[in-house]
Amino acid sequence: MALALQTFATVKDANAALKAQGTRYLGGGTLVVRAANEGDVSVSGLVRSTDPALSAIAVAGGKARIGASVTMAAIARHPGLAILAKAARAVGGPAIRNMATVGGNLFAPAPYGDFAVALLALDATVGTEDGETPIGTFLAGRDRSRAIVTSVSFTLPKTDGFRFLKVSRVKPKGVSVLSIAAVVEQAADGTVSSARIALGCMADRPLRAKAAEKALLGRTLDPDGIAAALTAATEGIAPITDPIASAWYRAEVLPVHLGRLLLS
Amino acid sequence: MAKVPVQFTLNGSEKAEFIDSGTTLLNALRDKVGDTSPKGGCHQGTCGACSVIIDGELRLSCLTLAETCNGTAITTTSGLAEGGVLQPLQRAFLDTFATQCGFCTPGMIMAAKVLLDHTPNPSRDEVVEALSGNICRCTGYEPIIQAVLTAARANSQNAA
Ligand SMILES: Cc1cc2nc3c(=O)[nH]c(=O)nc-3n(C[C@H](O)[C@H](O)[C@H](O)COP(=O)(O)OP(=O)(O)OC[C@H]3O[C@@H](n4cnc5c(N)ncnc54)[C@H](O)[C@@H]3O)c2cc1C
Ligand code: FES
Ligand code: FES
Repeated sequence: MALALQTFATVKDANAALKAQGTRYLGGGTLVVRAANEGDVSVSGLVRSTDPALSAIAVAGGKARIGASVTMAAIARHPGLAILAKAARAVGGPAIRNMATVGGNLFAPAPYGDFAVALLALDATVGTEDGETPIGTFLAGRDRSRAIVTSVSFTLPKTDGFRFLKVSRVKPKGVSVLSIAAVVEQAADGTVSSARIALGCMADRPLRAKAAEKALLGRTLDPDGIAAALTAATEGIAPITDPIASAWYRAEVLPVHLGRLLLS
Repeated sequence: MAKVPVQFTLNGSEKAEFIDSGTTLLNALRDKVGDTSPKGGCHQGTCGACSVIIDGELRLSCLTLAETCNGTAITTTSGLAEGGVLQPLQRAFLDTFATQCGFCTPGMIMAAKVLLDHTPNPSRDEVVEALSGNICRCTGYEPIIQAVLTAARANSQNAA
């Protein structure tokens, strides 16, 4: 295995080195080193940056900024990010969480990317040296993206406004059958005033359930109120088939789990 | 290909080696340093047999590049026994028959050690969670869970 690693102090220098053919950025390595171990020869060089800003978490004024090299374990134990602890703990086992980074999760193909599902529901922006991109746009173009992700930023939701669910067959740690994250806000009368729902495993990357979001507006969070949203949830999905579950199964159980999450 | 230097502390002693860039820590430890206690089960991050402790955190050495460990302190299962005397955790694995073929054992012990270092009196659920990244094909897990709980009791009795 010839996998030369280049380490740079600054993101700028690392970005320049990434322009070379066959190079890839090294985050925690849980996907990229795994691919190399498996015999993937498309990557011949790895590049990383040790810039401390990449490992910083800043929570202030209701907003959070998480550096791309921050691990799932660091998020799970950060007091200012308690709301996201469940989503961070949904990724892998303890050792994987000590290695898996936020930046890498944005690129993880389904069934992985559970944390990116949470970030999509939070309407995060993804930072690179060129500026900030809305996460939906970023995910859609991630196969062509070459620039190093430096951070993700988002407005912290109210404690009861954020919901997350990962369904897996093996407990406590298992690969996703599906994951769902939702940020639902309710008006004083209990009706839904805004909703963002993100789905994992319903395509090759995290997907917004826009039809379901629309069907929730003005409704209450009870079985009748959410019925239309549950029917709409499967609109536009193309679930993956893998050893964990078939596309058919994933589509069948999505409304069931979305219903449980919305009524919880 | 040019060799790169790596330097770290392994179980308290300084190690320095020249390795090929891109070598995993697992291969560096086993083939270069000669510590064969971390096992290569899957090289995919799935089995946990290669688990080691780097600066107090559980890591998978099969997915870690050795070069990224410069200046760190690494603990492996081979570093636990002192003067041929097993640590209570290791003793408990023997006493509760938590080791059969033994291939998963060094990784299990690393995962259990990190747990007990932070949580000396874990609940059963905490033990299951801590071992959830480690696969055992022999024991059915129950003896391993019992071993960790037994070691925790032994530790807290010693401390009392
Ligand atoms: C056993 C096992 C279990 C797992 N379980 C889960 C799970 O339950 N849920 C889940 O979501 N994932 C899971 N994963 C997948 C993976 O661990 C996570 O998705 C993780 O967050 C990937 O991050 P990483 O830093 O390790 O990525 P890497 O392997 O370092 O990188 C992955 C890809 O992203 C690119 N990349 C990484 N960081 C950046 C950056 N800052 N800028 C630009 N490109 C970047 C890399 O070039 C590479 O192409 C699992 C993996 C394994 C091996
Ligand atoms: S060899 Fe590293 S997890 Fe299996
Ligand atoms: S004792 Fe054989 S794999 Fe665990």
